[in-house]
Amino acid sequence: MATVVEAPPISPPGAQPKGGIWAWLTSVDHKKIGIMYGVAAMAFFILGGIEALVIRLQLAVPEGSVVAEDAYNQLFTMHGTTMVFLFVMPISAAFGNYFMPIMIGARDVAFPRLNALSFWIFLAGGIFISSSFFLGGFPDGAWVGYSPLATQAEVIRMDFWALGLLILGVASLLGAVNFITTIFTMRAPGMTLFRMPVFVWMQMVVAFLLAFSLPLVTVGLFQVILDRNFGTLFYDAATGGDPVLWQHLFWLFGHPEVYILILPAMGIVSEVLPTFSRKPLFGYQFVVFAGAAIGFLGFGVWAHHMFTAGLGPVAETAFGLMTMTIAVPTGIKIFNWLGTMWGGSVSFTTPMLFAVGFVAMFTIGGLSGVTHSIVPADTQQHDSYYVVAHFHYVLFGGAVFGIFSGVYYWFGKVFGRLLDEPLGKLHFWLMFIGFNLTFAPMHILGLNGMPRRIATYGDGLGWNLWNLVATVGSFIIALSILVFLVNAVRSYRKGEPAGADPWDGRTLEWSTTSPPADYNFAEVPIVDAIDDFWYKKYGEDDNHLPVRLDTDPRDLSAREPDVEHHVHLPSPSYYPILLAVGIVTLAYGFLWLPIGYLAMAAGLGIMLWAIFGWALEDIDHPMGDGNGHGDGGDDGGGRDAAAELVGSGAEGTSE
Amino acid sequence: MRAAVSTREKPRRLAGGSLVAMAVVLSACGSGDTPQNTLAPASERARNIDGLFTFTLILAAVVFVLVQGAIIYTVVKFRLKKGEEPKPVKQIHGNTRLEIAWTIAPALILAGLAVPTVQTIFENAESPVDAIEITVMGHQWWWEYEYTDLGVVTANEMHIPVGRDVFLTLETDTTDVIHSFWVPRLSGKRDVVPGHVNTITISADEPGEYLGQCAEFCGLSHANMRLRVYAHEPADFDAWVASQLAAAAIPPDTDESLRSTGWELFISKGCAACHAVNGTEAAGGGLNPGPNLTHFAQRNTFAGALFERNDENLRSWLANPSAMKPMQPDLNRGMPNLGLNDEEITALVAFLQGLT
Repeated sequence: MATVVEAPPISPPGAQPKGGIWAWLTSVDHKKIGIMYGVAAMAFFILGGIEALVIRLQLAVPEGSVVAEDAYNQLFTMHGTTMVFLFVMPISAAFGNYFMPIMIGARDVAFPRLNALSFWIFLAGGIFISSSFFLGGFPDGAWVGYSPLATQAEVIRMDFWALGLLILGVASLLGAVNFITTIFTMRAPGMTLFRMPVFVWMQMVVAFLLAFSLPLVTVGLFQVILDRNFGTLFYDAATGGDPVLWQHLFWLFGHPEVYILILPAMGIVSEVLPTFSRKPLFGYQFVVFAGAAIGFLGFGVWAHHMFTAGLGPVAETAFGLMTMTIAVPTGIKIFNWLGTMWGGSVSFTTPMLFAVGFVAMFTIGGLSGVTHSIVPADTQQHDSYYVVAHFHYVLFGGAVFGIFSGVYYWFGKVFGRLLDEPLGKLHFWLMFIGFNLTFAPMHILGLNGMPRRIATYGDGLGWNLWNLVATVGSFIIALSILVFLVNAVRSYRKGEPAGADPWDGRTLEWSTTSPPADYNFAEVPIVDAIDDFWYKKYGEDDNHLPVRLDTDPRDLSAREPDVEHHVHLPSPSYYPILLAVGIVTLAYGFLWLPIGYLAMAAGLGIMLWAIFGWALEDIDHPMGDGNGHGDGGDDGGGRDAAAELVGSGAEGTSE
Repeated sequence: MRAAVSTREKPRRLAGGSLVAMAVVLSACGSGDTPQNTLAPASERARNIDGLFTFTLILAAVVFVLVQGAIIYTVVKFRLKKGEEPKPVKQIHGNTRLEIAWTIAPALILAGLAVPTVQTIFENAESPVDAIEITVMGHQWWWEYEYTDLGVVTANEMHIPVGRDVFLTLETDTTDVIHSFWVPRLSGKRDVVPGHVNTITISADEPGEYLGQCAEFCGLSHANMRLRVYAHEPADFDAWVASQLAAAAIPPDTDESLRSTGWELFISKGCAACHAVNGTEAAGGGLNPGPNLTHFAQRNTFAGALFERNDENLRSWLANPSAMKPMQPDLNRGMPNLGLNDEEITALVAFLQGLT
């Protein structure tokens, strides 16, 4: 059993400057970074949504004339790229950044400045890709960027795409390393791996998926850039290069990527369902292992995206069967979520609505996924609207519903005020109806032979009705997002105060104030069980029913930080944002050679400045504390104050 | 603690939309108004696929009803009614037997699916016997067909005899991009990949017109790369082959007709650099091959099976091809605007419409 840990004697809390734009630009606080991730991702979500609306307008009727082919190809390429890389991934990073450290009882991530760097590189990369709109047009080779179409395109649009994805990959890779290190080294005393909230588990699986899959697509993207700009011949069939190589590399990343997008949402739902059922997650270990199994299997099914590429019956059989197996752990999750609600006291708050919506809609996406593993059937479904329907049920019905569940669940924790419930429910129902109106008909369209990525279709193919329905549905979704935005702005200003624990939560984030102080916890919590906070609030009566305890030992929120035991927080730094600016300057320069060499040189210069500045930066920066704790023995020469702090926490863990 | 608010009628509607959609999918089979319908197979291989899909869909529908039913039942049974306060409930952490059960049950269903799947994969991959062989070339943005043994070359509209396998070899120029050949009622799709030689077998049970289109995004005019397959009774097919092998209807030099002027323009304007007319000085080919026009007037459509072949459409096409169908002629993708005047267009249309 863990002993009480002395908080290390360090600088006073609040070492970070409060407010002001500079505080945000230089912040290394995981919560501020999380908020910035979330806000930026939402902005890109709106952008990607507008792209989708134009797409739907164009397809509302046959021979649509809202946009021309060229513009349409740009729009669907950017819709996919934006939603995958600039919305779902970063908003998962937002939740991970904000809540993962708090849920494991840490005061920050392992590498706070690296964390800031992840965000700024992501934002720079997102702006970089999106800026192509003003500089010759959006990328237009589809989000999968198949070669040789991607290497053939003569204008720089696909350079924007390839370079942009490389930049975003750096951000994700840094984030992954940071999260893995944080989860392995910075858990509060007693927070064993199998006491971690499932949300944290899923963030960890995702971090590993990123770490192993991103290098694969990175190789491919470099080859695309080299082919396009330096005359290499990786994908040039005329000289023995192989276009199919790209598909292997892309999908070796691209399929794990699907789980990178969905697992965080599964994690969110695995927190929300127990809270509002007032029961622990059913089959915790099975849900965790199923998540990990999905991660592992996800690396072995990439070629099911290539069932029409001519791999031959043996490979098709292998990948078909392997794909089927993924249904097993997925099913385990769904059944356990059901088991969680079973026998519970289920209250339908907005986060719960979205979570149940997730389970129901994701199930549909899972079932249509099984039909893809039936290889011969997939030769009909592939690249048709049936596939579009399938992955929107997974990524919208799944990931996006899960994300909004998380937004409604945690908004009060982050901003101190709850989102409005009636507006939230309106949002849910509009989105639920709009979503199904938009994407359910696409199953039919696909089976009726409508290929995806077509700018127009002829009259008389039997696709008119369902396309019109889908378009109507998409505008209902847009309306639901408007309701959400109104709700968010209103509630942020004058919503109902959340208090520390508005939902009678089970995990550590509810044990601290809303919003949490810079240091998260005045004292590092000591964990005795899964759902530790719940069991600190509730005992059991003779019938094994929970009984509220009189005392609430975990509620430290009211407690003033112990002045004797200062909390050391890392100092702010402007080097992360500077480094990101350097990288993106380099990338812009690359697009306009030879004159761009100047920009490239400037970019490199900025990067060197940032890297050296970073390396040599005094972590007891003037912006930070002034009490000279540096001479304290426990500073131990370690550079990273937060790591240090939990280092001492970890000592408490070991017997 | 925040009071929980219950919602009315939620659960039923939760799955309602999807159930309706599912029902419509099932009932959409065989609809005559959907000429690219995968659910209206017209060949043995397409039927194999459709049968397998229907089997899968039925299993999926059962699972769908069970799971969504379980969600609805759970939610209705255990939800808090309006104004009700949350009750303390037993903190159950799991049940290993249940876990084993719901691990094994889906695995068994999948095993049941795997058997016919693997069978069909190999069945549909079997080499056809006594097949007509056609080399299909995917081009940005049209299709070229070369009948290996019959010596016929044509574009966009493929003619096949009913009841006989047609073995397609799918190729493309190494400077082109990936396309995918798809005629949903006749078979699944197969990609056309530069540097690769893929094959697929199609056939048709009944005479008729079967629509298809490129299914792999291939750039600017991907949406406009369509195709159709005409299936004929064997005798009619033989007649079609004979008509294709007949000499091109080139107006004689002495002729002063509009058609003759058109033919001269065809040569002098450089049409022949891309478009072949067999057995004449218009050899065709080059860097940027266009459709072989030897028997152009036998086709119903042109430009990637996009437009009906009639005087009006041909006139607009010759006046400004990229305005009708976006192309990139400056990059050797598609037909350039030759800057023809009205008289030249009239003559060329007359010539083209005479290529019976």
